[in-house]
Amino acid sequence: VSAAAAAAVTNGLGGGEQAAAAPVSADQLDVEAYAAQYSGRTRVARLLFIAERCGVEAIQLEALRMAHDEARAREDTVLYLDAVLKINSRLGPRYRHDQAWVDSVNRRAEQRKEKLETELNGYRTNLIKESIRMGYNDIGDFFYAHGHLSEAFKSYIRTRDYCTTSKHIVQMCMHVILVSIELGQFAHVTNYVSKAEQTPDTLDAVIVAKLRAAAGLANLETKKYKLAARKFLETGPELGSNYSEVIAPQDVAVYGALCALASFDRSELKSKVIDNINFRNFLELVPEVRELVNDFYASRYGSCLEHLEKLKPNLLLDIHLREHLGTLYNDIRHKAIIQYTLPFISVDLNTMASAFKSSVSMLEKELAALITENKIQARIDSHNKILYARHADQRNATFQRALQTGNEFERDIKAMLLRANLIKHDFNQKNWL
Amino acid sequence: TPLGRSRAHKSTIRRSSRPVSSPPTRRKAASRTAPDQTPESEPSSKGKAPSAAAAAAMESVEALVAHIQGLSGSADELAQLHGLLKQADGDALRAHSAGLLPFLSHLHPGAHSLGYLYLLDSFVSSSANLRAHAGGDLLVTVADFLTSCSADQIRMAPDKFLNVCRVLKNEVMQLNAPIRGIAPLRAAVRKIQTSSEQLTPLHAEYLMLCLLAKQYKAGLSVLEDDIFEVDQPKDLFLYCYYGAMIYIGLKKFRKALELLHNAVTAPMSSLNAITVEAYKKYVLVSLIQSGQVPSFPKYTSSTAQRNLKNHTQIYVDLSTCYGTGSYSDLETFIQSNAEAFQTDNNFGLVKQVLSSMYKRNIQRLTQTYLTLSLEDIASSVQLNTPKEAEMHVLRMIEDGEIHATINQKDGMVSFNEDPEQYKSSEMVEHIDSSIQRLMALSKKLTSIDQNISCDHAFLMKVQSGRERARFDYDDFDSVPHKYF
Repeated sequence: VSAAAAAAVTNGLGGGEQAAAAPVSADQLDVEAYAAQYSGRTRVARLLFIAERCGVEAIQLEALRMAHDEARAREDTVLYLDAVLKINSRLGPRYRHDQAWVDSVNRRAEQRKEKLETELNGYRTNLIKESIRMGYNDIGDFFYAHGHLSEAFKSYIRTRDYCTTSKHIVQMCMHVILVSIELGQFAHVTNYVSKAEQTPDTLDAVIVAKLRAAAGLANLETKKYKLAARKFLETGPELGSNYSEVIAPQDVAVYGALCALASFDRSELKSKVIDNINFRNFLELVPEVRELVNDFYASRYGSCLEHLEKLKPNLLLDIHLREHLGTLYNDIRHKAIIQYTLPFISVDLNTMASAFKSSVSMLEKELAALITENKIQARIDSHNKILYARHADQRNATFQRALQTGNEFERDIKAMLLRANLIKHDFNQKNWL
Repeated sequence: TPLGRSRAHKSTIRRSSRPVSSPPTRRKAASRTAPDQTPESEPSSKGKAPSAAAAAAMESVEALVAHIQGLSGSADELAQLHGLLKQADGDALRAHSAGLLPFLSHLHPGAHSLGYLYLLDSFVSSSANLRAHAGGDLLVTVADFLTSCSADQIRMAPDKFLNVCRVLKNEVMQLNAPIRGIAPLRAAVRKIQTSSEQLTPLHAEYLMLCLLAKQYKAGLSVLEDDIFEVDQPKDLFLYCYYGAMIYIGLKKFRKALELLHNAVTAPMSSLNAITVEAYKKYVLVSLIQSGQVPSFPKYTSSTAQRNLKNHTQIYVDLSTCYGTGSYSDLETFIQSNAEAFQTDNNFGLVKQVLSSMYKRNIQRLTQTYLTLSLEDIASSVQLNTPKEAEMHVLRMIEDGEIHATINQKDGMVSFNEDPEQYKSSEMVEHIDSSIQRLMALSKKLTSIDQNISCDHAFLMKVQSGRERARFDYDDFDSVPHKYF
């Protein structure tokens, strides 16, 4: 572990600072390689995210340095200021707050904006639809490049009235989706994905893949893990690195696999993930995840959970996955436990604990919680530490239910007859006051 | 024999019935005089010498008594007597009510119930009389009358009967001996009911006396009948409230819940205090019985749904606190609001809610574990020591709330399945009687349905509806889906 960390350190950092002894997260992350997967604004945003969440200072500074350079190159003042603030003069004079540069960039931006706006006004008076649309698009792009996301959003939305062909519509939808993802407004993303998918012309396969990936992302962020899994699994391999301004193909694999493990049942897992040829291309990019899925399906829960634990620190640095990681991991673990107990009449808790690599008492507590939620039909013999499957006695249960229904019926009918009688006597309190 | 007497008197009355049968002229003379009196006598209250007037009135009462004795035979006679009594009711009887008591001894409460009732009613209506005879034989007289009166006769004058009963109740309460009123009132309830399904104002009074006297079992006999007919709204609320309190006293929470449910979901256009109190108890009893408070069913009146919770806020908070499952939280909540609960007289119930929390938690454990050590039980239910856990479990086993065995050597409790196999003959009988009961109920329901279908108003409505819109089958969905 420490060798890899040292490699990462010498890889990016010129200052030669020593990596701290392994804290919780990311001692293995190769920041440069990671950032290379993405382009555009998301690269900077992700780098900043990593810097914020990572515990290792070396990697933090590495990420911040790259973010700074990137932001400066893109002339994105918002991100630049953010990066500089976080660097806090730790990286030397070149990375200090350069207000002069910021001002000059802003001045140039103002000029360009005025120019664009006058052009747009010109187009508007001429009432040429196509030029107006392109004018709004240009303004939208301009705003996006400089980090003014909500104005970019508004401009892109305005092009909608001037779209004439379905290609225009698709283009508009893609822009809006991009900005919405950055803004975190995933309701819009779902909206515009469906709008784009409804255009009458057949879409380019790449665009279809992009839309699926975007839809999956939206579902993931709104905690609809099953739908997210389905969308990711339907994403075609044509996606490649074409959508690097939003998502990398490795991400599609990871998100899809984790969501599927957490929410699919066994048959769906087999048909949609393991036997899915398209998705296999994605899984090849992240062999650990592929191993993970296969282990789960083959009931090798110990190694499956081990893989999950290994992946955890890196995944915690992912801008989209972080909040959901806890829930997903819990769900996967619970599914594993439930699947483990399903075929047996009795299970020795000691063997089970060693298979799941946890202590017996912790396991007992987890099992108790699952039984209370009615996910496992079993009872725990706490004295002998055995789990006994419990199959409800159907005959007794039927009698009980019948008697109970009879009682409820009687009670409800009597109350109903009483109420009917009250209404018949025009039971109105005004009368007796 | 009374009959012989009446026959003898019939002749005299027939003779004198001619002048009696022209009441309007007599009425104009503004006094009800006996047939053998001269028509010139004036009302006693208007300027005549009291003694003469009193004498006149006494004689009129005597004549009345004679009428009563004579006319208490058949139904026609009773109708006639009723007419006479209604006329007599008024200034004559009331003004001289003080003197009526000795006349009662001439009458037999069983045979002459109607007349007796009138006299008694006018006597007890005056509070002066009551004060004069407080604690004396009056109570015995009234009680005796109530137990031995004839149901048909008193049903002809229900208001008076109710009045007499109410007076009895007040007297008994004043004497601080509610238990003396129980037997007579129970008889009275049975007598004034036209059918065992009818609710009368007396029900509520009777139940209140039972509560005050702590004779809960006595109240049971009245509560066991199902009520389907109600004339007066106020009666129902009081009946449900007091009845529920009796059931709570007997720890029959399920039946208490039924009554409280009726009180809370009855149709009403404005909230009344009884319903508010009933709802408070409803919350508490639901928590004890099933651990949660069900939401209002859709037939609850909108007034109740909107306003009940506002008036009972701490109870709603209590139920949310209960839902968290933490004993200590609940305890602190109850302590901090103890005064409010005390003023509502619900503190006893609230303490029962608290202890039911343990029971519910332990019951949840039976679903998850086959055997569990006492320490684990203690820690998961938030008890302090395993000894306490053992006490609780033991009590629950004795009350039949869980099926378990305690192994003291290992400190383990084994939870067993419900041993009921549904094969015993008692169970078969129980199921059979349930089926019979439900079939009877179902038949009753169909007959009511048929009656309504033949009702004129209903047919008119359906007719006009048919002209406007078509019905589809959903409108006639008669059985709620949950029974499928």
